[in-house]
Amino acid sequence: MERRVFLKKLAVTAAVAAAIGGSPSVYAKDTVKVGVLHSLSGTMAISETVLKDVALMAIEEINAKGGVMGKMIEPVVVDPASNWPLFAEKARQLITQDKVAVVFGCWTSVSRKSVLPVFEELNGLLFYPVQYEGEEISKNVFYTGAAPNQQAIPAVEYLMSKDGGGAKRWVLLGTDYVYPRTTNKILRAFLHSKGVTDADIMEEYTPFGHSDYQTIIANIKKFASEGKKTAVVSTINGDSNVPFYKELGNQGLKATDVPVVAFSVGEEELRGVDTKPLVGHLAAWNYFMSVKNPTNTEFVKKWSAYAKKKNIAGQKDKPLTNDPMEATYIGVYMWKQAVEKAKSFDVDKVTVAMGGQTFKAPNGYTIQMDAKNHHLHKPVMIGEVKADGQFQVVWKTKGPIKAQPWSPYIPGNEAKKDEPARMAATK
Amino acid sequence: MKNALRALVLALGLGCASIAAAALDAALVAKLAFGDNDEKIAAIRAFVTQGEPAAAPLLDALANGQLQTAGERVLIVREEAAIDAVSGETVTPLPEAREDVIANNRVRGELANAVAALRLLAPDRALRFQAVKELETGASAAMLPLVRRALEKETDAEIRATLALVAATIEVKSGDKTARLAAIRALASSDSPNTRSLLGSILLKQRDGRFVEPDADVRRAAEDSLIAVQRHLAWGERAGLLFAGVSLGSILLLAALGLAITYGLMGVINMAHGELIMIGAYATYVVQNLVRAYLPGAFDAYLLAAIPAAFIVSGLVGMALERSVIRHLYGRPLETLLATWGISLMLIQTVRTIFGAQNVQVENPAWMSGGIELMANVVLPWNRIMIIGFAALVVIGVALLLARTRLGLFVRGVTQNRAMASCVGVPTARVDTWAFGLGSGLAGLAGCALSQIGNVGPDLGQAYIVDSFMVVVFGGVGQLAGTLVAALGLGVINKLLEAWSGAVIAKIAVLVFIVLFIQKRPQGLFALKGRAVEA
Repeated sequence: MERRVFLKKLAVTAAVAAAIGGSPSVYAKDTVKVGVLHSLSGTMAISETVLKDVALMAIEEINAKGGVMGKMIEPVVVDPASNWPLFAEKARQLITQDKVAVVFGCWTSVSRKSVLPVFEELNGLLFYPVQYEGEEISKNVFYTGAAPNQQAIPAVEYLMSKDGGGAKRWVLLGTDYVYPRTTNKILRAFLHSKGVTDADIMEEYTPFGHSDYQTIIANIKKFASEGKKTAVVSTINGDSNVPFYKELGNQGLKATDVPVVAFSVGEEELRGVDTKPLVGHLAAWNYFMSVKNPTNTEFVKKWSAYAKKKNIAGQKDKPLTNDPMEATYIGVYMWKQAVEKAKSFDVDKVTVAMGGQTFKAPNGYTIQMDAKNHHLHKPVMIGEVKADGQFQVVWKTKGPIKAQPWSPYIPGNEAKKDEPARMAATK
Repeated sequence: MKNALRALVLALGLGCASIAAAALDAALVAKLAFGDNDEKIAAIRAFVTQGEPAAAPLLDALANGQLQTAGERVLIVREEAAIDAVSGETVTPLPEAREDVIANNRVRGELANAVAALRLLAPDRALRFQAVKELETGASAAMLPLVRRALEKETDAEIRATLALVAATIEVKSGDKTARLAAIRALASSDSPNTRSLLGSILLKQRDGRFVEPDADVRRAAEDSLIAVQRHLAWGERAGLLFAGVSLGSILLLAALGLAITYGLMGVINMAHGELIMIGAYATYVVQNLVRAYLPGAFDAYLLAAIPAAFIVSGLVGMALERSVIRHLYGRPLETLLATWGISLMLIQTVRTIFGAQNVQVENPAWMSGGIELMANVVLPWNRIMIIGFAALVVIGVALLLARTRLGLFVRGVTQNRAMASCVGVPTARVDTWAFGLGSGLAGLAGCALSQIGNVGPDLGQAYIVDSFMVVVFGGVGQLAGTLVAALGLGVINKLLEAWSGAVIAKIAVLVFIVLFIQKRPQGLFALKGRAVEA
C-alpha cells in the first residue's frame, strides 16, 4: 500500500517536473510571461471563464505571427476562485514569482480593488476588461471596459426618451458590493438632476449568488403599478442572473410594461435561459455579438474555430462572444502594440506608449486609448434581447465617446484630475 | 399540444393573409417597413383605425421578427417561405438580399395592443380572450370604436366584463365629464395593477402644481375607485407572499428532510449533506444530457427519469460513505463532523474535476416554464408549484416508509434503543447503512428539484447546508413533523421579513431568531417524549 502511494507520487512528481522542465524547451529562451487572472470557479466563473479563453486565443494569434518583439508570449493562468482576497494573493504571485510583464484579469470591482494595492506596490501592469463604476484612475491599470458615462448614463437616458418608453420611475437593483452601490449612487444623482424624486426611486440589493427572486419581482410589480412608467436598472452580477431572468420570465413581467436594462448581462449570461419571455429587455454595452461588420464577422469566426479546436465546453457547440471578451481582446493587442512602440517590456515605458494607441475593434470602430486617462474611447450601444438570446441594437452613439472615470454626478469630483498621479507629481 | 396550437394559429394567420391581404394599403405597409419608429407607430394606429382584421398577421410578423424587406418589397418570412405582405402572394424563390425590419420595445408594445384590438372580433373564443387580456394593459383611444363594436357582438360573459373594463380605461381620458365619471366607477371592480396605475395617474399633480384632472368630483370618484382597486390588489399581494413563503419552505423541506433522518434519527452530523444534494443535481444534469442525446423526442419527460436516478446515485454515495467512514465514528460527533467536512471538500473537488468548475446548465422542460395567473398581479410559476407538490409527495412517502415498512420499524427501533434492538435480533449495522442511504437519497431528490430553479455548480451544496441544519434543529431533532413545520415556518417568516426589510436583513433576522429560540427551547419545536437512550 505504502509503496504504491509512493510510486504514484513519484510518477506525478516526474510528470510535473517534465511539464515544468519541458516548457522552456518549447518556448526556448525568448519568451515573455503574461498573467491571466480570472475566476474559473465560484459565482463569477459564469462570466469570467470565457475571458481567460479569449485572452489565450489572442495570445495564440500573436504567437502564430511571430510574437512580440521576437519573443513568444507564455501565458500563466491562475484561478482566484471568485474569492476577493485570493485575487490579491494570486496577483502578487504572478508579479513576484512568475515575473509576468502584464496581467489581464478581474471582472468584479471588488476583485480589482483587492489587487490594486498589489499592482501599485510592485509596479505591475493590469488590463481590466469590464465596465465599472469609475471613481478610479491608477497608473498601473488600463481600463478597456466602459466608464459610467459610456454605459450607465446613456442607458438611463435612452429609457427616459420617447423611444425607450419614457420611464419616470426607477428600480435600481444590484448585487451588494462596490460596483452596483457606486453606479446607483451616480444614477441617483443623475436622476435627481433630471427631476426624478427619491419617492420614484427604489433601490434593492441581494448578496452574491442569491437565487430566490420571487419577492423582489413581486415588489417591482407593485412599485411599477403606482401611476408612472417604470424601468428597472439591473447591476446584478454573476450566476444570480440566471434565476433572476428565469423568475422574470415565469412571472410574466414583460419588457413592454417594465423594461429591465442590465449592465452585466451579455450573450454569455443568457446562455441556457429561455429567452422567449424576455424579448425586449435591454442591455447596454460597447459591443454585441450581433453587430454587423467585417471585423466582427472575423472575430466571431476566429472564436468559433478556437472554441472548437480547444474543445471549450458549451462554446464548441454554440460559440458566443460578448463585450468583455471584445475588451479583453483589444487589451491584449493594444499591449502588444505598446510594447512594440516602447521597444521594451518595462511597465513604465509601456504605460507611456499606451496613450493614443488605436485598434480596429470588432464593434466596428477604430477605437483609441485616451492619451491621459487610461480609458478607451468607446461607442455606446443599447440592445434588446431577441428570442434566440442575441441582442439587436436599437440605439447607439454616433461614434466613440471619451470616458469620464470621475463622474460629474458625484460631488467633489470636479477637482479631480483626468490622469493618474505620477510619481513625479506626488514628489 | 402547444406546438399544434401554434401551428393552427399560424395556419389561420397565413390563411387570413392570403385571402384578404389584397385589401392592405400598400402605402401603410411601406411606412411600417421603411419608416422610423414614429412612422411605424402611425402606420400601426392607421391599421387599427381601419379596423381591418387582415392586418393582424402582418403586425404579428413584425412583432415576431418575421418581417423582412427585399428592395422595395415587404415580405413575411416564416421558415424559408415568404409571402408578399401587400398582395399576399407566395414569393419563390426567396430573394437573397433581405433585411430585417426592426421593432423596438415601444413599437412592439404598440403592435401587441394593435394585434389584440384587431382580434377582438375573431371567431375563436381563446383568441378573443387572449386579445382582451392583452388590451387590459394598454388600450389607446384609436381602439375605442373596435372595442365598442366588440362589446355589441360579444356573447361570452367573462370577455364582456373585461371588455367593459377596457372600454372604461379608454373613456377615462375622454373629454366628457359624465363619461369619465362612469368609466372611473366601472374601474372600481378591476383587479389589475394597471388600473391602479391609471387611476393613480389621474390624481397626480402637474409640474406647475395643478391637478392633471381639473374636476374635483372626478378626482373624488377616482380616489374611491383607487381604494377599491387597492383592496383587490392587496389580497393578491398577500397571496403572492404566502406562495413565495411556501415555495421557499418546500425547498428548505426537501433540503432538510434527508438530514432529518441522518442527523435527526441517527445523530450523525453530516457536513457532506449539501454535497449529496449537489450530486443529485449533477445526476439530473447527466440524465438530461443522455435523454437529449439518445431520446431527443422525450426531452420534456427527462425529469421523470432524473428523479429516481438522483435518488439512487446520491443514496449509493451515501451508503458508501457510511460503510467506509462514518460507521467507524458513531458516538464521536466531533470526529464525524471533521471527517464529513473533509469528505464534502473531496466531493466538491471530484465533481469539479469531472464536470469542470463552471455551472452546468439544467434546462427546464417546457411544461415547467411560465406560470398560472391567479390574479392580475399574482402569477404562480409552474416550476415552483411542481416543487411544492413534489416536496409534499416526498414527505408523505418518507412518513409511510417509516411508519408502515419493516425497514421503517427497524430504523425507529434502532433510533430509540440501539442496544435493545440489537438484542432482539435487528441487524443494527445494516439498518444504519440503509437509513443513511435513504437520507442521502432524499438529499439527491432535493438536488433534482433545486436544479430546476437555481444554478447547478460544484458549490451548490454549500448554500444549503446551514439552512438544512437550521431547519432540523429548529424543528426538533428526531421528528419528521418538526422538520415539516420548521421548514414551512422559516420559509414564510423569511419571505415576510424579506418583503419588509430586504433579502440581506431577512436572512440575518431569521438566524438571530433561531439562536434566541434555541436558547429558550434547546429541544426545538417538537421534542421527543419518552425514554430515548441518549436522554
